[in-house]
Amino acid sequence: MKAAVVTFPGSNGDYDLYKAAQQVGFDTHFVWHRERGLDAYDVVLLPGGFSYGDYLRAGAIARMSPIMEDVIRFAAAGGPVLGICNGFQTLCEAGLLPGALVRNDVLRFQGKDVRIRVERTDLPFTSTYTEGQILTIPIAHGEGNYEADPATLEELEGEGRVVFRYVDRNGEPGAAANPNGSWHNIAGVTNEAGNVLGMMPHPERAMEKLLGSDDGLALFASLVASVPALSS
Amino acid sequence: MTRYSLEVRIKPRPGLLDPEGKAIHHALQSLGWGAVDEVRVGKVIYIDLEAESEAAATETATAMCRKILANPVTEDFQVSMAVGVPAGKLEGAQS
Repeated sequence: MKAAVVTFPGSNGDYDLYKAAQQVGFDTHFVWHRERGLDAYDVVLLPGGFSYGDYLRAGAIARMSPIMEDVIRFAAAGGPVLGICNGFQTLCEAGLLPGALVRNDVLRFQGKDVRIRVERTDLPFTSTYTEGQILTIPIAHGEGNYEADPATLEELEGEGRVVFRYVDRNGEPGAAANPNGSWHNIAGVTNEAGNVLGMMPHPERAMEKLLGSDDGLALFASLVASVPALSS
Repeated sequence: MTRYSLEVRIKPRPGLLDPEGKAIHHALQSLGWGAVDEVRVGKVIYIDLEAESEAAATETATAMCRKILANPVTEDFQVSMAVGVPAGKLEGAQS
């Protein structure tokens, strides 16, 4: 059962992600962005950070890395791909997920715990959560404001492809619960096939109660459960 | 082949929230420029390249915009020849 953590120059969430994948039992490896080949892996993880200093647009240059061709192929073959924060931005730039992440409406970097609601539990990333469950997970981003054209948004909502939404303590997605101005309080979306997930919050930083929350643990446990028994 | 200097202008798509433009707008208003209606912030990328013709140079830069320089979800772009700078002199003009 093998997990790849793809690292770019400027990634900074790679060790947290590595540790999280290892914690749930994945044989975890770093894959440098200039390397090639992901066929040996069961899941592919794209960490947070500031790849290429966020030059041009967050994720725009990382998206051109040689390894991204393999990430695209891995995803097309149905393999689970998770992009967190800068990883989410990179997946959008690569066209694996719709929409884009622009500057937070509050014009401030947001680093704090937020509440997100689990909207779907039939995905390889969320099968061990319960629908409507409210998680406490940290965010740390300046450009997490999810935007898409109205037709795309309608499609995402219609097809139930919003996986996580920022909510208040009552589980309501009001404006006060929205840390960055994202349309419809979107914190995470999936592709049509449901095997690619992008999210701004950091589940890999919510793995230990001692450090505030272990609500991210179930996401990685879900990934373990999604790997067919044969390869484990 | 001739060296051409191009300007690629990238701006946020109309209707898209532009927090940076909004902040500058507020600053201008608080400094007394109450007539300011809207401010949007984009960027200009200067590119020098070799091409067969002006049209070919423009076509190449347009391909670059579609591939990487602009994000079609959030940005519009415009490619033009750099004005007032002789081709190939852009670097010298700036230093």
